[in-house]
Amino acid sequence: MKKTMAFAAALLAASVLGGVANAKTLVYCSEASPANFDPGTTTGGNDFDASSRTVYSRLVEFKHGGTEVEPGLADKWEISDDGLVYTFHLHPGVKFQTTDYFKPTRDLNADDVVFSFDRQFNKENPWNGDKYLPNLTWDYYTGMDMPKYVAKWEKVDDLTVKLTLTEPNAPMLANLGMDFASIVSKEYADQLAKDGKMADFSTKPIGTGPFQFVDYQLDAVIRYAAHPDYFKGKEKIDDLVFAITPDATARIQKVLAGECDIAPYPNPADIGTIKANNDVTLMDQAGLNIGYMSYNTTIPPLDKPEVRHALNQAIDREALIKSLFQDAGATPAENLIPPTMWSWDKDVKTDSYDPDAAKKVLEAAGLKEIQLWASDRVRPYNPNFQRAAELIQADWAKVGVKAEIVNYEWTKYRSEGKKKERPGAFQIGWTGDNGDPDNFFATLFACSAIGVSNYSSWCDKDFEDLIQKAKKTSDQAERTKLYEQAQVVFQKQAPAFLLAHSQVYAVVRKNVSGFMMDPLGIHRFDGVDKAE
Amino acid sequence: MLKYILNRIALLIPTLVGITICAFAFVRLLPGDPILAMAGEHGVAPARYEELKEQFGYNLPIWQQYIRYVGEVATGDFGVAISSKRPVLEEFKTLFPATMELSFFALVFAMVLGIPAGIVAAVKRGSWFDQSLMGTALVGYSMPIFWWGLLLIIFFSGYLGWTPVSGRIGLQFFFKPITGFMTIDTLLYGKWDAFRSALSHLVLPAIVLGTIPLAVIARQTRSAMLEVLGEDYVRTARAKGLSPSRVIGMHALRNALIPVVTTIGLQVGTLLAGAILTETIFAWPGIGKWMVDSIFKRDYVVVQSGLLLIALIVMAVNLIVDLLYAVINPRIRAS
Repeated sequence: MKKTMAFAAALLAASVLGGVANAKTLVYCSEASPANFDPGTTTGGNDFDASSRTVYSRLVEFKHGGTEVEPGLADKWEISDDGLVYTFHLHPGVKFQTTDYFKPTRDLNADDVVFSFDRQFNKENPWNGDKYLPNLTWDYYTGMDMPKYVAKWEKVDDLTVKLTLTEPNAPMLANLGMDFASIVSKEYADQLAKDGKMADFSTKPIGTGPFQFVDYQLDAVIRYAAHPDYFKGKEKIDDLVFAITPDATARIQKVLAGECDIAPYPNPADIGTIKANNDVTLMDQAGLNIGYMSYNTTIPPLDKPEVRHALNQAIDREALIKSLFQDAGATPAENLIPPTMWSWDKDVKTDSYDPDAAKKVLEAAGLKEIQLWASDRVRPYNPNFQRAAELIQADWAKVGVKAEIVNYEWTKYRSEGKKKERPGAFQIGWTGDNGDPDNFFATLFACSAIGVSNYSSWCDKDFEDLIQKAKKTSDQAERTKLYEQAQVVFQKQAPAFLLAHSQVYAVVRKNVSGFMMDPLGIHRFDGVDKAE
Repeated sequence: MLKYILNRIALLIPTLVGITICAFAFVRLLPGDPILAMAGEHGVAPARYEELKEQFGYNLPIWQQYIRYVGEVATGDFGVAISSKRPVLEEFKTLFPATMELSFFALVFAMVLGIPAGIVAAVKRGSWFDQSLMGTALVGYSMPIFWWGLLLIIFFSGYLGWTPVSGRIGLQFFFKPITGFMTIDTLLYGKWDAFRSALSHLVLPAIVLGTIPLAVIARQTRSAMLEVLGEDYVRTARAKGLSPSRVIGMHALRNALIPVVTTIGLQVGTLLAGAILTETIFAWPGIGKWMVDSIFKRDYVVVQSGLLLIALIVMAVNLIVDLLYAVINPRIRAS
């Protein structure tokens, strides 16, 4: 009897849910399964595509297709003159999603905002630790240094929230547009805690975003439906489906066969086939990333800027980029930050190829041997460290420098590479988190990042003063000037060889409109439509 | 017979202990660190790194970590995945039916083609059929699964459009799983179009996964048949004037199948290993793809428990094959 009932219930569910599938459906072939649906607890771009960018919204959002910050759940905000207090005014009447597992009784309010952040750092909050999920690490919250900068979050009234900082930190606003800063429902959390089902918070998400969660078949398919009460207006697409397809070639074949409408990250080898097909469009954009090679600036003779410049000049960068990125292409990097980011200084140029000049300097400096580090992992900013190392090795041999290639597995590579005493040149790169220049300059080359992510162990007073001042200033025009100056110092000091900003691709069927490439590497489906 | 069964089961215990050691050690021998793998390009501050190591218990001496792991496994606790934070056993139970369904169809494909082909090749030994079949089997056996899978996708799905590219069922079909086997669930719901869709999604991955077992089974059947066909009782049967089909079907095949059954049992290991690549190419949500993802993430918990669960299944299948072998070959029981 019990079985018959369950069967009947399943049949009913099938018929109800099956009906939804006949509406206007957009299929996205995603590259990997999400770890879970709570963006505070995950770190992967594919995790965020499936949770924060679909189900949730934030106080502020990044402009679609850009890195500028614009209003989200907060219609407006004020920053105190000393840069320490941020007051956010919430959009009234924002509805949380109503699903078969949660029916909200109230609109979004300041309690939800305070709870969304409190749970990520307050050890007293039951949602911070094992009661919710085992071994929570809140990687992004700690990784973006939030514990250091946030003094407190306060509810002023239902629609006003106040954030107090410990010291001025201009990138904070951009941080609040990041995925980990997604606003969750406190009412839903309370209900799950009462029912003893806290873990469901990470598998059955409830947010205020454009799409609501319907179902996830592990490692196979995620289904969403348009959120009918979305505060920016219901989406044109009725259903959004993520078909998880890890193999890049299979993903592209699925788009070509019409089994999915959008797919990210094609293989460079397939780009020719895609361009030749009339049913699909290949979209591309310079990614918010940089591939570079850090010199240890504390070990002679690499402590001298002219030696570092000479090593840069000895590398035939154009040939290197062509060999590494092939048909996919990449933008040669002139600066640490990519051209799509505000404050990028077009007048600053990195060293050009000049082996004769390089040879003279290197001979005079007595540099005969150098370590050149490479790892096994494919990264968006460098598809093949080993090949790059071999080509650079050959270029350096021409100017009389013998490079010994040092290899490690990826995690060991980074833990060894970041040590202050690591010798030689270390290939690495970075993909931006929040579109703020501070996220490149300070994360990668601040004095405090030595031993963490400053692989050059480079601590330059002029540069440090400029980026710290820019961090504390809220005025964007002022910040832009400071970062432009920082780029000039960086060029002069050359703590690293700058390789390229790689292109990011997506394949989209021609009947899809409104999809945009995003410099932050996220895939958003709000505003997307599809002609039948 | 009971003694035989108990004997076989007792032999499994040292194997099991060995597997726990291997599963535990292999993932730790892999270069890389789960905490650093989680942190991505950001890196972790040294103090935070130590804190996390302690939180996960990776600061304990290796032997203590092992004892803790065995103690947990012995009580049926396979741990919680580091990345997804879901219980490993729960993920395994959700994903395993997909792998089993795929392996089943791959094996059916391999047997349905492999056994008759092996028989014909043996009967017509030295003919063009025999030679080309054995040549093809060698090619099938040596084929890299990854390349073979992509080739079939590009030709049959991309160029001809006969089969879907990947996945388990058309996205328009959406129902709560009952057994986890798509072909069975669709029938339970009485949805014929969904059943057809599930079958069409099975065709390419089953062929790809079944190719190596097909080659092995065909060759094994052929050589077993050749051996039996030379036996006296086959000659006697022929001399009695029985029809060739009766001689082959009734007398030769039954005996020739004994080593073939063992071979098929051993293919379960091959199928599970092949599933890793096949599932990744065809976006098949099974345990092979799950293991690969976990190895890349250095998710120690999933890798060591997943390996153990897979090993348990291979052992169980081998036990069943051993017992089956005793059933079809009474001489084994006697010894």
